[in-house]
Amino acid sequence: MKFVDEFRDAGVIHKAADEIRRLADLGRQYRFMEVCGGHTHAIYRFGLKDILPPNIDLVHGPGCPVCVLPMGRIDDGLSIAKGPNVIFTAFGDMMRVPGREGSPLEHKARGMDVRIVYSPSDALKLAQKNPDKHVLFFAIGFETTAPSTALTLMRAKALGVTNFSVFCNHVTIIPGIRAILDSPDMRIDAFIGPGHVSTVIGCRPYEWVARNEGKPIVVSGFEPVDVLQAVVMLLRQLKAGEAKVENQYKRVVPWEGNRAALKAMAEVFELRSYFEWRGMGFISQSALRIRDTYKDWDAEHRFAVPGVRVTDPKAAQCGEVLKGVLKPVQCKLFGKECTPERPVGALMVSSEGSCAAYYNYEHRKHETLTRIGAAV
Amino acid sequence: MCLAIPAKIVELLPGEESRALVEVAGVRRHIDTGLLQDERLQLGDWVLVHVGFAMSKISEEQALDQLQTLTMLGENEAVMQEVKGYGLSDHDRKAGP
Repeated sequence: MKFVDEFRDAGVIHKAADEIRRLADLGRQYRFMEVCGGHTHAIYRFGLKDILPPNIDLVHGPGCPVCVLPMGRIDDGLSIAKGPNVIFTAFGDMMRVPGREGSPLEHKARGMDVRIVYSPSDALKLAQKNPDKHVLFFAIGFETTAPSTALTLMRAKALGVTNFSVFCNHVTIIPGIRAILDSPDMRIDAFIGPGHVSTVIGCRPYEWVARNEGKPIVVSGFEPVDVLQAVVMLLRQLKAGEAKVENQYKRVVPWEGNRAALKAMAEVFELRSYFEWRGMGFISQSALRIRDTYKDWDAEHRFAVPGVRVTDPKAAQCGEVLKGVLKPVQCKLFGKECTPERPVGALMVSSEGSCAAYYNYEHRKHETLTRIGAAV
Repeated sequence: MCLAIPAKIVELLPGEESRALVEVAGVRRHIDTGLLQDERLQLGDWVLVHVGFAMSKISEEQALDQLQTLTMLGENEAVMQEVKGYGLSDHDRKAGP
């Protein structure tokens, strides 16, 4: 528990840890999936695995939008930007993500006009400042980010900014959870629901997880205490033989979500019939496309998009890791061919991916311990 | 990716675009408040900001907790880089102190 004493609420952490030990049935193994990449990051950063008893496994889910983005989409976006007078804009997270011919940053080094923006509205502003150029915004993210892209497109239309378009890669969280639950080798007992996605969609969309699948789900915040409390709430439900949706993150997440954000998304986006998730394959109705009423701002409508498909090497076992069948370190490529510096599979691509998080914290910790052990 | 940054509203800018000037650790930037149009935001309110848009209204206590969490997560630098990046150039900074 080396991190625990640094927390301002160390007492509360110890209490939650005691409660978890009291509730967890020693005779069974628990597998809880945290859906959101932010939780994965927090769990490793805070060393929460060291606090939990060994029979509780936290399985890291698909909630890292950079990780689940197929490599072909990066190639598609960059191919548009190869045209004359195009400025390629994206969030910083995307800049080092490799396509077949390199990352956006590597394309920049070869002369492409590639710029980091921290907000989609800044990409629009860039278009207004550069009327002789076309500004392409490479949009990515779950429902946390999609409303901001939607509102930006509504502004572009209202202002009549025509030298601006969005290459839309927004995905929705519920079909990702459904795909995991539908998988025959699925071994998840309960879910820790995403925090900030839920500020937008609320808690209602998770009800089928409890009702139809019989799996408890608790929407959780990102502090160590939040995650541990979520584990307590899940254990209590399992002990009582219940399955329901609970909201641990009430201070930020309203049960009904953010109506204005949902309205903006509905105005601008509609569901794609299917979309590929890296490591998981094609999932039906799992992503957003721009509606025809906004087609003049849809890069897929305005430009010829090659539709590149890149399959991950068969040896990469991302799908099994995502479903909780394998731990990151059990994949044949982990830490050898596949590292955060040279990612082969989806989950090593972003620091929020489960393999990268595991590599950065656990793997390096073990390596250091082994070296120390060898020295002694 | 889903970084949410607590920010305090220091100026509300009337007009067609719903915008507010917020402060995060002494840095002032314009953000979009269009996703909180039902909330009737006021000066001194705290909001969680994601990619330059206010996502939810929170209490001051929650905001300070969230700042502490981001510090513990080692995200301070990323947060300040993102906040400073809002607005593309430094012309927004003139609105600050």
